[in-house]
Amino acid sequence: MANMYNDKVMDHFMNPHNVGEIENADGVGTYGSPVCGDMMKISLSIDENEVITDAKFKTFGCGSAIASSSVATDMIIGKTVEEALAITNEEIIAELGGLPAIKVHCSVLADHAIKSAVYDYAQKHGKTYAALEGFDPNAEEDDHHDIPEEE
Amino acid sequence: MRQVYLDYSATTPVKKEVLDAMLPYFTEVYGNPSSLYSISDASKEAIATARGQVAELIGATDKEIFFTSGGTEADNWALMGVTDALKNKGNHIITTKIEHHAILHTCEFLEKHGFEVTYLDVNAEGMVEPAALEAAIRDNTVLVSIMMINNEVGTLQPIRELAAIAKAHGVLFHTDAVQAAGNVEIDVKEMGIDLLSMSAHKIYGPKGIGALYVRRGVRISNYMHGGAQETRKRAGTENLPGIVGFGKAAEMAKANLQAHIDHCSSLRNYLVEQIMANLEDVHVNGSMEYRHPGNANMTFEYIEGEAMLLYLDMHGISVSTGSACSSKSLTPSHVLTALGIPVERIHGTLRMTVGDMTTKEDIDYTVEVLVKVVNKLREISSVSKEKGW
Repeated sequence: MANMYNDKVMDHFMNPHNVGEIENADGVGTYGSPVCGDMMKISLSIDENEVITDAKFKTFGCGSAIASSSVATDMIIGKTVEEALAITNEEIIAELGGLPAIKVHCSVLADHAIKSAVYDYAQKHGKTYAALEGFDPNAEEDDHHDIPEEE
Repeated sequence: MRQVYLDYSATTPVKKEVLDAMLPYFTEVYGNPSSLYSISDASKEAIATARGQVAELIGATDKEIFFTSGGTEADNWALMGVTDALKNKGNHIITTKIEHHAILHTCEFLEKHGFEVTYLDVNAEGMVEPAALEAAIRDNTVLVSIMMINNEVGTLQPIRELAAIAKAHGVLFHTDAVQAAGNVEIDVKEMGIDLLSMSAHKIYGPKGIGALYVRRGVRISNYMHGGAQETRKRAGTENLPGIVGFGKAAEMAKANLQAHIDHCSSLRNYLVEQIMANLEDVHVNGSMEYRHPGNANMTFEYIEGEAMLLYLDMHGISVSTGSACSSKSLTPSHVLTALGIPVERIHGTLRMTVGDMTTKEDIDYTVEVLVKVVNKLREISSVSKEKGW
């Protein structure tokens, strides 16, 4: 089982970075649902230059969901909001050194949770970002179900 | 690092006595049992002895035991063979929603070929209601197949009562006893069972060998074609060492049955009690009264099973989970779903099964690690008792 994940994924899973919740965060976003098996909540501190100074997460989910959350929060700290929004799930996977194909959706979860938190920040601060155009933080992206069983 | 194996329902290690019994049949006694020369006599005799040992474990006669490649083949054969033999009598099968996929997927196959299948519900305790079976039987029903012990939640079904209902309607009764053999007393005659599947590797025997019990007089078509082995009922050169190992394992299971049940149930109960005493928001799934002696299936709220499994594995502890995230299909356990457990809680479910080699120290170590793992994952989790789901 442990063989399905590489050392970096296992390290982020066993010793996740940035676990927690920021009090009085500038932006908070939740993505996924426990019914689907994974839900990530992310909170951001953003300064007046739109730089993400801190990011924390809480995740209900499997090993790769926790590892994706850990590495994604690492990736956005110190970046501007625009830069953070530009991060794709493929980049999260690359930073983790790869995820099994069946776990790719966990990186999408982290990517969407970041966008949800920035969306919240944008709403509260009357800002608009091109990268958030058409993004719905409440959309239930059910992209990882209905895969035919193979045993 | 300490290694604690708590997945005896997945498979068991081969016992030393079983391996010792098998070894000569790889190198010294190798004659094809179907051959006529003298060196094959010992092979024939070994198979006859093993057949008797397996028959005795379930109260059958030697002639009613047919060796197969395992529990899956036995299940496939029972369903395909009976429905084929009785296809002029009817095309309806009754089974349950909690069967192993060896039954469910065979039923799905049969549905594609004109058979109708009723999948009985189970109650919240994981038990099949006999009245539901009674109500489901139709004029065209040819077979009822209900597992004796469920592989995930360990529930022991009221087989006597269910078999009696089938018999009263003149319908054959098959049971998948892969998890039950060697874990509960089985007497096919007294229980009214017409066909029963079993597997050696769940009772400290080798993998790749099982058997189908077919009551004398039951009509069943062949499933494996190509030879006259097993009194022309199952073709293929006999897995001689496997059969010998299965026989020895069955003999030992019969002799040790009560000690095995006492050992497993006391350790399982201790495991459950210790977990419940040290963690909140934990539930046991399935009846504790009618249950596999070694099975503990528990839900840990607010966290996900694959994450628990991985952490436990890093500490040398092997368990399994009903979580969708650990399955190739990403679908949650069909058994836990049938019990009515909400999906978000199914994700947080572990199955731990103890066996003959499990010790109290293993359980103490497991509880110590598990409590830490659950608390750590709950700290990471975005859901909690306070915030709710």
